[in-house]
Amino acid sequence: MLDKIPEQIKRLSVVIGVIIAVVITARFVVLPSSLIDTQYHHDSTVEREVAKNVAYAGTTVCGNCHPDQMTTKSKGYHKNVSCETCHGPARAHTENPSNKPSAPRGREFCAFCHAYDPSRPTGFPQINPVVHNPLKPCTTCHKPHDPVPPESPRECSACHAQIANIKSASPHALVGCPACHTVPEKHKINPLGVRPTKPMAREFCAKCHAKEAGRKDAPSVDFSTHGDRFLCWECHYPHLPERTVQR
Amino acid sequence: MIDRRKFLKKAVWFIPAVGVFRRLSKEAQAKPIAGGYDPKNHLYGMGIDIDKCIGCGRCMEACKTENNVPKEPFFYRTWVERYTIKKDGEVDVETIDPRHEKPLARTKETEVLRSFFVPKLCNQCEHPPCVQVCPVGATFSTEDGVVLVDSNRCIGCRYCIQACPYGARYLHPETETADKCTFCYHRIVKGLLPACVEVCPTQARIFGDLKSMASRLVRFKRINRLHVLKAHLNTEPKVEYANLDGEVR
Repeated sequence: MLDKIPEQIKRLSVVIGVIIAVVITARFVVLPSSLIDTQYHHDSTVEREVAKNVAYAGTTVCGNCHPDQMTTKSKGYHKNVSCETCHGPARAHTENPSNKPSAPRGREFCAFCHAYDPSRPTGFPQINPVVHNPLKPCTTCHKPHDPVPPESPRECSACHAQIANIKSASPHALVGCPACHTVPEKHKINPLGVRPTKPMAREFCAKCHAKEAGRKDAPSVDFSTHGDRFLCWECHYPHLPERTVQR
Repeated sequence: MIDRRKFLKKAVWFIPAVGVFRRLSKEAQAKPIAGGYDPKNHLYGMGIDIDKCIGCGRCMEACKTENNVPKEPFFYRTWVERYTIKKDGEVDVETIDPRHEKPLARTKETEVLRSFFVPKLCNQCEHPPCVQVCPVGATFSTEDGVVLVDSNRCIGCRYCIQACPYGARYLHPETETADKCTFCYHRIVKGLLPACVEVCPTQARIFGDLKSMASRLVRFKRINRLHVLKAHLNTEPKVEYANLDGEVR
């Protein structure tokens, strides 16, 4: 039987056998399993993934150096808002304090969360940025670490809630009621009989709005030419003065 | 022409190669993650409370900063969709712009039945379709339940992008490889929260370890009725939604 197989076939089968043996040894003995196993690739991917840079440091580390802000924030409505939500990634700042993180001061940033959007959940505080005290940065009235709306004195807003509400979103939000009105004590007992005063002179408004007053936060007019004999509040409603931009 | 004797003499030099291979492989073996982190002891998941999302887009921006995602508005590892369900049953879905520069479509208020925001990201499926289809085995699930992409192996064929039922993957224009949310893997192994969870101002996103009874996610799962997206596909997502509307796909 074996004699019938030609010599060259016998030799060839030996060569093929050797090649197969070499390949099998190389695959299962020479090459370590870690090179064949996908586990190696997975591990190296995990390693590369873990080595990536962290940009956001996490809010807990902020308190180590800024305890005052953390205490203020922990009592306010923003207590659950991470520092880096507003200030941006601060990992670089923790390593070298001179890398200052940003502090958004414009009106746009607060509006990301607080502009009115009908899809937002009911009860979330929202405003219309177009009419809500325009042109002033939010931080003029609201401290970002403890945001509360500016309040009129309770003894005024108890009866004059409508005025208080209108004024709270106006450029005069921070001007308290007693700044313009002197309220006699008896006004609370006899509201119609004893009335609070109103500013009866143009000079009163001029204290802030005259050119000479030189206030940057208030629009100024030349009182010698503007509005001549009329009182200011005969044209401008003081609880919601119009925008300074002419349309 | 080389004769047999010379060939065999030179072939002898290949024998030490076995040792070199073994040495190299030992060095190549992954070093354990610093800080004694053992992926066996963790299983990560995320809970999303639809009722809390205000659609501010802080998560989308933080994700791009943290993970070097291209700034163009169509590459996202996580994104927020605005659903508007109209009275005639029509459903409008649009991805919000995190800088709020592109005005959202306004539907007439009387036609709207309800409207809400849905944050989306990779669901880190237990049975990920993207892993099944990858022809080179470049994407895989880790022991702690995160689906990762090996950017050195990925050939950029986009099969996984097609296969993902949640649209969570995109082709990174610089590396030309598939990219996706990793739950900020480099952060969570260090005990930090993923960037989107860190910056969420209303705690609409809850991240946690399912193997730790003290994690916020376990509590979130206990007190909410949860849904997953496209449950009928049996992908078993690890991102679960509370207060999810039935219209969300």
